[in-house]
Amino acid sequence: MADSAAAASLKSKPPQGEAKVWLTGMGLAVGIVMVAVLLGLILVRGTNVFWPKRVTEITLREGSPSGSGVKLGEIMVRQDNVTTGVEEWLVHFGNKSKADPSTSYRYVASGDVLSTRQPQDVMVAERMEYGDAIFYPVRLTTRADGVIEATGPKFRPALEAALKQAESVRQKLYHLERKDIGRISKQLVRLEKEIRIDPSRETANRLEIERLNAAYEKLAEQARGLRAELEKDILTVRLADGEEREQPTGDLIHVYEPNKLGFGGRLALAFKQFFAFLTEDPREANTEGGIFPAIFGTFVMTILMSIVVTPLGVIAAIYLREYARQGTFVRIVRISVNNLAGVPSIVFGVFGLGFFVYTIGHQVDNWFFSSSLPTPTFGTGGIMWASLTLALLTLPVVIVATEEALGAVPRGVREASLACGASKWQTIQRVVLPASAPGILTGVILAMARGAGEVAPLMLVGVVKLAPSLPLDFEPPFIHADRKFMHLGFHIYDVGFQSPDAEAAKPMVFATTLLLIVLVVVMNLTAIIIRNKLRKKYASGTF
Amino acid sequence: MPPALSNSSTEATPAAGPDDVLNSAYIDVRQFNFWYGAKHAIQNVSMQIPEKQVTALIGPSGCGKSTLLRNMNRMNDLIDGVRHEGDILLDGTSLYDPSVEVISLRKRVGMVFQKSNPFAKSIYENVIFSLRVAGRNKKAELDEVVERSLKGAALWDEVKDRLNESAYGLSGGQMQRLCIARAIANRPQILLMDEPCAALDPIATLKIEDLIQDLKKEFTIVIVTHNMHQATRCSDRTAFFYLGELIEYDQTGVIFNTPRESKTEAYISGLFS
Repeated sequence: MADSAAAASLKSKPPQGEAKVWLTGMGLAVGIVMVAVLLGLILVRGTNVFWPKRVTEITLREGSPSGSGVKLGEIMVRQDNVTTGVEEWLVHFGNKSKADPSTSYRYVASGDVLSTRQPQDVMVAERMEYGDAIFYPVRLTTRADGVIEATGPKFRPALEAALKQAESVRQKLYHLERKDIGRISKQLVRLEKEIRIDPSRETANRLEIERLNAAYEKLAEQARGLRAELEKDILTVRLADGEEREQPTGDLIHVYEPNKLGFGGRLALAFKQFFAFLTEDPREANTEGGIFPAIFGTFVMTILMSIVVTPLGVIAAIYLREYARQGTFVRIVRISVNNLAGVPSIVFGVFGLGFFVYTIGHQVDNWFFSSSLPTPTFGTGGIMWASLTLALLTLPVVIVATEEALGAVPRGVREASLACGASKWQTIQRVVLPASAPGILTGVILAMARGAGEVAPLMLVGVVKLAPSLPLDFEPPFIHADRKFMHLGFHIYDVGFQSPDAEAAKPMVFATTLLLIVLVVVMNLTAIIIRNKLRKKYASGTF
Repeated sequence: MPPALSNSSTEATPAAGPDDVLNSAYIDVRQFNFWYGAKHAIQNVSMQIPEKQVTALIGPSGCGKSTLLRNMNRMNDLIDGVRHEGDILLDGTSLYDPSVEVISLRKRVGMVFQKSNPFAKSIYENVIFSLRVAGRNKKAELDEVVERSLKGAALWDEVKDRLNESAYGLSGGQMQRLCIARAIANRPQILLMDEPCAALDPIATLKIEDLIQDLKKEFTIVIVTHNMHQATRCSDRTAFFYLGELIEYDQTGVIFNTPRESKTEAYISGLFS
């Protein structure tokens, strides 16, 4: 009995010294909730972009501020106006045109809507210019098959065939303009340059220039022919208010009938659009099309940055930790390195611009590219300078992590190596560095995450809104370290805040953000997998 | 690493040993003093260690025995703020002679530590580490050294089928024997052992002690131990240190049965430790 009483008194005591556990738990919970909300918002809004919406025919009250009559549009959001409290819908009407290039998104007060319906035969087309078109198809006029009415069964196949045809013509045009004409322009520039350097070659080069100009004219003629071909097949469409428009099929990328699609069809379409977003070049001031150059630019820049920062940081840390005499001076250096991590990134951008671009880049141009001056080659922002600037920015992270990792290698292992007759450098190289590799990689992971997400310094040293060519391609010398590039972080800023059509850009911002996060996560995961492999290999011995 | 300043007192004659074996002194410690900063860790120690015998250094913690051992391959050079006086001669050559290269010294004097410290490499690479750093990479030679060293450390039969597996897969006793194999791989003349069995269970300890008996045919062994029984079991000569001083140094049997100094007697009978 006495025993059970003792046990009871043990149980009834409140836990001593454990009362504040909830506080630490709450700190974690707040952090997790905030991150989860942010990621959830980006995930939902970012993926929502690709989900095909149903098209609604809206009949508006006569004289309403958002227009009157019948309209076709995708209802994006239904919400209460923040100031008036009246329910309003954000509707994507599309159908921008040369005559009316204003925004295709409008707010419609729900009170102004007399009726809505979802017509089955409505069609949405993604166009090369002016965004989406939303319409009822009427007839297709092609050179091959003549006039085909939209009601007939041959209409859809004929339209798809016309779109395919247009796609191949656009491909041809792209190759012609970018590859063939580009090559001739480059040769022309080279010949002109040679004349400037060596006037004795003038006559020979002039002849060559004339020949190239003739070839250029021929190609330009071909290009004009292809352009005209794109205008030949016409899709006649009827807008909701009865107006008929003639739409050349050469301008259409793909069409779909959103109200006829089932779940599977919409899913397939969403994936198709997502894939296009990943792989295509941007169009129309970056508000349409894909973001492939930005993904690629971010990736290449981050890799280049890691290649530069890792050896630099590791070597610096080895000296600091292993060779430098530990004293006041080394302590000052260490504190300075730590504080470097707190310097605003724009300061690094300014430094990169002043030091790398204007000073070093200018000298490089003077020494190696003097023939193309005054057009700068390296004397202007480019992916190499951007990577170097970011390497500088992330250097403290790598140094600090490497120092920690080196310090964590047990003394016993070092002594064992020295006792085997290894020199200090051999010990570092064969024993200490392999054992600290996981820790060093942690630093590189942090540096990559920080570097990939940086925007401000990049704006000064080489990121542009639209880069015509990638920093890596199949054109010799394959790596173009001088080229300007696109970056996902800057793309978010550009699309979100510099775009003429804010509502059209908003979904793109979320989608781009999502991709930036995914890219950083993928690169980090790769590094983490490598680190875990190393960690398993170099796990410290336990008894 | 700059050669340590040496004010070796070469004029000092070796202190008269307690018995005549010492005429063949192999390691000759001459009036050696050592300081960690202000701490006088070894005070005027002179002792002669004969070749191909096991010499045990015993004494309570902080008595300087490990410090002396670590001076025999100049491992203490790595510590900041240390200083020494006197000299240690190895086969007639001063360790602190400016012409002595620490790396070649350490090739002649192998060391086994208290905590086994294999490298994060395969068993094979662990054994041949000293050959690798010396630039000896011939496969046939390496294979032969691995087999000889692991047999010498009585580990060959246990690991011969998994030489390319990580050394961290071994048990504690096996790891320590691997460290011994690594230390004897490039055939040093002297093997310093700093409490090699401190972290091992009795069975593993017994194996290492048997091993020491085998190894002394080939190597001169100096072993630091806290375990008095170990000293009696496997050493030929024993030196007792107390507070940085060498109190008594003689044949093991003499030290443990008829010690001359009262401190020695007190220590070996467990009165203080």
